[in-house]
Amino acid sequence: MCLAVPGKISEIYKSGDILMGKVDFGGVIREACFEAIPEAKVGDWTIVHAGFALNLLSEEDARATLDALNEIADIDAELNKE
Amino acid sequence: MNINQEFRNARLVQAVVDKIRQTATRPWVIMEICGGQTHAFMQTGLDQLLPASIELVHGPGCPVCVTSLELIDKALAIAMRPDVIFTSFGDMLRVPGSRDDLFSIRARGGDIRVVYSPLDSVRIARENPEKQVVFFAIGFETTAPANAAALLQAKALGLKNYSQLVSIVRVPPAMHAILGSPGNRVQGFLAAGHVCSVMGTREYPPIAARYHVPIVVTGFEPLDLAQGLLMCVQQLEAGLAEVQNAYTRVVQEEGNPAALKMLARVYREVDRNWRGIGTIPLSGWGLTPEFAGFDAENRFDLKEIQTRESEICIAGQILRGLKKPHQCPAFGNPCSPENPLGAPMVSSEGACAAHYRYGREIEKK
Ligand code: SF4
Repeated sequence: MCLAVPGKISEIYKSGDILMGKVDFGGVIREACFEAIPEAKVGDWTIVHAGFALNLLSEEDARATLDALNEIADIDAELNKE
Repeated sequence: MNINQEFRNARLVQAVVDKIRQTATRPWVIMEICGGQTHAFMQTGLDQLLPASIELVHGPGCPVCVTSLELIDKALAIAMRPDVIFTSFGDMLRVPGSRDDLFSIRARGGDIRVVYSPLDSVRIARENPEKQVVFFAIGFETTAPANAAALLQAKALGLKNYSQLVSIVRVPPAMHAILGSPGNRVQGFLAAGHVCSVMGTREYPPIAARYHVPIVVTGFEPLDLAQGLLMCVQQLEAGLAEVQNAYTRVVQEEGNPAALKMLARVYREVDRNWRGIGTIPLSGWGLTPEFAGFDAENRFDLKEIQTRESEICIAGQILRGLKKPHQCPAFGNPCSPENPLGAPMVSSEGACAAHYRYGREIEKK
């Protein structure tokens, strides 16, 4: 039940007093509550758990992590060649 | 391109695992505190790629597993009432109480409904004004904001027929309990990324310093897990005990300020009894006086509950990392996901269920 999954925000709206929205999880669209990330925009990535968006996901930080790990992989490949 | 997919890149995972193998010069015991990560390690097979020197110990981070027997029995007593619609996350229905589980109450006519989001339970309360609607609000810090949002909405709507049976538990006090216990074997931690996405990382430096353990905030994709382990092993080999963040795309040091604000309004620290482990001081959240009127434990007259734990189940030792599921005599037979004798066999995040589902013990036995 603890699973929280990344998805792309496709819609944001008010339902009553609550900030809600739709999130696209690879084609499956589900509603989520956005009260904890009022700054969210359509097109942003978010992490959703139990119908609640926990946080925004930074594509920039994701890129930086992947670049650093790619570097490890490349150095390894080099070493193996020698 | 979906950037999340790249965190499943097999070539990169292998490279990071190779790096772990090169870095580890001796055996290390590392605990993944979060049941979601236990599940992810096994689902992806990453646990089997690791060098033998790295032993993973599964932590108690499965809310279904640690919700106290007394609260389960209270849930059963409430769900049995004809004036109640009892709402819950699906996993809780098969968790054994002292005598029954929610499924068997439902089979006997109890109105028990599974919800995906706590907000759904508020909707059910609005649609059924003649009934008392109770939500079983279990979870760690990750689930707490969703549960709190439901309470805030119920209050804003002035709902008189809504309440929650609250069992929120928190990770840092559990880490204290594990590290402070005499039999502790854990030398480093992967901290649960989604807990930290809400709470931030500020609670961890005192733990790292006090027990001299590295703590690495880690995500849930295979590459995240491998990276978290690598950083943890690098620290262990260097004799360091720092808090590092291997999940920067989601976790900021300060957490989510809007969520923290909601939590501060709804919850206050309370002692909690963890199933199989016992009471850990100030290890959970209960409702603040402002929300005490929504506390199902106040609303219903629950007679003295006599709990009786299974005599066979060794969940407590598994949740503390002292034993592995295959060391339980009941593992697989008679205890299985179809016939769980203990809570860790119910939820996919429970260590017993994860081991059973991915056949780890059949190989070992
Ligand atoms: S295998 Fe079943 S009985 Fe044994 S510890 Fe796990 S849940 Fe309990």
